[in-house]
Amino acid sequence: MNRSLAFLPVAAFVILALVMWRGLYLDSKELPSMLIDKPMPAFDLTTVDGTSVTNDSLPSEPFLLNVWGSYCLPCLVEHPTFMRLSESGEIPIVGVNYRDQKALALNWLEDNGNPYAFSILDEPGRFGIDLGVYGAPETYLVDSKGVIRYRHVSVLDETVWREVFEPAIAELRAEEAE
Amino acid sequence: MSSHLTSQVRLRKFIGFSFLCLALSILAVSLPGLSFAQVDTFEFETQEQQKRFRSLSDELRCPMCQNTSLSGSTGGVAEDLRREVHRMIMEGMSDEQIEQFMYERYGDFIFYKPRLKPETILLWFGPLLFFLIGAIVLVNIWRKAKKMDAEPVVVTGDSKSRLDALIAEHDRSKAVAKNSNE
Repeated sequence: MNRSLAFLPVAAFVILALVMWRGLYLDSKELPSMLIDKPMPAFDLTTVDGTSVTNDSLPSEPFLLNVWGSYCLPCLVEHPTFMRLSESGEIPIVGVNYRDQKALALNWLEDNGNPYAFSILDEPGRFGIDLGVYGAPETYLVDSKGVIRYRHVSVLDETVWREVFEPAIAELRAEEAE
Repeated sequence: MSSHLTSQVRLRKFIGFSFLCLALSILAVSLPGLSFAQVDTFEFETQEQQKRFRSLSDELRCPMCQNTSLSGSTGGVAEDLRREVHRMIMEGMSDEQIEQFMYERYGDFIFYKPRLKPETILLWFGPLLFFLIGAIVLVNIWRKAKKMDAEPVVVTGDSKSRLDALIAEHDRSKAVAKNSNE
């Protein structure tokens, strides 16, 4: 019997264990967006206030695109961060009011404050599909040319802002300044 | 002789058990999946459109709820995607076009059957690889067992006298046990 062959099962076990160990710490909810480095999908919709908006209405500098809904509890959790950002004018925020009702959306903004330059009304969730949205909240970083650069799924709190968005925005601005 | 025989029997049992496991796992994966479809009130012009809608919404995965198909999910985005699938079927788009629409927005994740490409090769053929490894190991064990059967065991010299003594001892203790039982 070839002795070295006896270690084969052990080696196989170690390799499999390492693969599965890694698998334990992968976030299966963190799915890559198909739209990274692609332009924002074309839209011709209205805001929650009834003004019509298209891609031309988007800010001409890097901005955040935040998918929200009045039914969405995690949106309330991240709301203070967006309020702070809009008050300090750090970066413009555009909302996508996703699968909501107009009246409820307006109430929600009145109750909690409105950090958005405007909120695109997407009652049927059709624009959400073009964006590849799973569900609110999601936040996209879009550059001045309207190209999606980053997507964050779920709550964007102060920690995520500090650790992910702040560096990403700084990098993007530096890149655009060149 | 007798210890050689029991190990043979054990080996046979082991091989038999392995094949049983294999058969059961093949049965398990081939059983049709149970699906609990959501009830939508979509209207179709032909039976074929309805059939295509069913099979597409079974094969596309709900992005939000991860382990349910579009047809089985109550999630908001699944509802929207079912509506889109219906719209595209009614507009006369082919299955490939509909799948491409989904792929462009949600990526490989949307398919229960991922597309065959370099990143998904292991996903597609990994199980076959493991099956082949298992089959090779089994065949090797089986061949070795056969070889053992073919070769008579020859015991000589010291080992023979020790073996004889052991067998005699075994027979004696058996006889004693039998006597005490009676």
